[in-house]
Amino acid sequence: MVLTGRVWKFGTNINTDIIYPGKFLKITDPTQMASYAFASIYPDFHKSVTPGDIIVAGRNFGCGSSREQAVLCLKHLGIGAIVAESIARIYYRNAINVGLPAIICPNITAHVNNGDILELHLESGQLLNKSTGVKLQFTPLPPFILNIIRSGGLIPYLRTCNPSRR
Amino acid sequence: MGKTIAEKILAKKAGRKDVQPGEIVTCRVDLAMSHENARLVMRHFDKIGVDKVWDPDRIVIIFDHRVPAESEITAIGQKEIREFVKSQGIKHFYDINVGICHQVLAEKGFSRPGILLVGTDSHTTTAGAFGAFATGVGATDMAAVWATGELWLRVPETIKIVVNGELPTGVYAKDVILHIIGKLGADGADYKAVEFYGETITRMSVASRMVMSNLSMEMGAKAAIIPPDDKTLEYVQSRTSCDYEPIYADDDAQYVETYEFDVANLSPQVACPHSVDNVKPIEEVEGIKVDQAVIGSCTNGRLEDLIEAAKILSTRHVHKDVRLIVIPASWEVYRQALKQGVIETFINAGAVIINPGCGPCLGAHQGVLAPGEVAIASTNRNFQGRMGSPDSFVYLASPATVAASAVEGKITDPRRLLR
Repeated sequence: MVLTGRVWKFGTNINTDIIYPGKFLKITDPTQMASYAFASIYPDFHKSVTPGDIIVAGRNFGCGSSREQAVLCLKHLGIGAIVAESIARIYYRNAINVGLPAIICPNITAHVNNGDILELHLESGQLLNKSTGVKLQFTPLPPFILNIIRSGGLIPYLRTCNPSRR
Repeated sequence: MGKTIAEKILAKKAGRKDVQPGEIVTCRVDLAMSHENARLVMRHFDKIGVDKVWDPDRIVIIFDHRVPAESEITAIGQKEIREFVKSQGIKHFYDINVGICHQVLAEKGFSRPGILLVGTDSHTTTAGAFGAFATGVGATDMAAVWATGELWLRVPETIKIVVNGELPTGVYAKDVILHIIGKLGADGADYKAVEFYGETITRMSVASRMVMSNLSMEMGAKAAIIPPDDKTLEYVQSRTSCDYEPIYADDDAQYVETYEFDVANLSPQVACPHSVDNVKPIEEVEGIKVDQAVIGSCTNGRLEDLIEAAKILSTRHVHKDVRLIVIPASWEVYRQALKQGVIETFINAGAVIINPGCGPCLGAHQGVLAPGEVAIASTNRNFQGRMGSPDSFVYLASPATVAASAVEGKITDPRRLLR
């Protein structure tokens, strides 16, 4: 799988309350959910994103709550992938489980600027910054996780693996 | 090669002789807990294409985040969950009058040694205080568990944390774990399990141990396990007749890191905005004016917490410019506190008591902050906007520090008021 998209760059310890404030957790409508991504610090974020855009962040992206809405809001906005120096573990699981590629790439923030265009090769672990020509290598996703991503998330994956659930 | 508690529990649940840190295994889940976010789980579950949950007796649903419902949309969600619970025959359902999920799991005997417990709440690590591998997962994960009883997990490396030294007066488990998080950082245990050892932990009450396991999540811990001892077993046996098997680490277990702390001279600790690892000793933050003080949450709303706060408030009144909000962690705690006169102490001091639940901790209702306001809270997160306005500020501390600050109207060292 090769993904190409424009970078939205964030810092370290971007927590789930920043990504999706608790007061909006009761919302179930996907479009409405998407409109509250980063609502407290960047109310117009949802208007600025184009499908395929890539979130780049420093260490511990998505720390805090287990709220899946903090992943779903980005997925519903059309974010194509998250590339961070590290990703908090529940956030990482949630991203994989909803079919949003979550990639850990040390030092990524030193090599990427806001608005750069990135090309990600999920199988080989190559990352090309098309705006600067810089190439980076990340640890490719384990085959088990890549299969979930290819299926579009854990639920379609379960349906594929077990024909009785189709 | 010896194994840690996490490795042994996951090997057992994966049906394997042993497992290695880093490998992904599929485990059988013993217990699956959700709260109001069961509504999102239900939506995912519907898409899997099975009609019935794998085992209704292993699913627990506890309402705590917005109890009673603060809005029509929440009320609709809670109604849908009640209907689902009935249609699926889920008997372990606790409505708006029981308490915070992690406290209720312990009180009702679900938090047991050696089990694999997953919950759609990050602070599910709390049950590690009973020797369980207990971890937070998302809604899609939970839908898969409801359908199959299984979950994929990466076997974590384990960090060993040894805490020694007698806690001084006015210093509590909350101060110890905040101090540890301050040293290890907000991602210091990310993807890793933690095991706690040492005389300080051994001396701690079950309630205090729950504080250690609960807040370990704030350094990223996947599980935060305290090896079961007589205190643990006595508590668990008084709560359940279910079978369980305590699991202990081998003497030669391999830890990825070992940290030792001596807390004999520790000061009360405060986590400053907007990060739980931004921890300072009370001496450095005393005097900061506060508008609201909150005692409660899955971290610090248990009886011993309320009693410590009441010691400070029994002869004093809340400062005229401060709102003190008290939320017992459960109805059981609430009843005990009533019986012991603790609730009366709070009311006489001018505190507002609200229904056991998460309260304002996650900024959903019952005490949200206006722009520019400052709160000191015995809760677990001080992220920007966590308790209301993104322009408000939350400091985290022990219930005693919160009570002392509520009296003085500014962040205050509780040791002065406990003398």
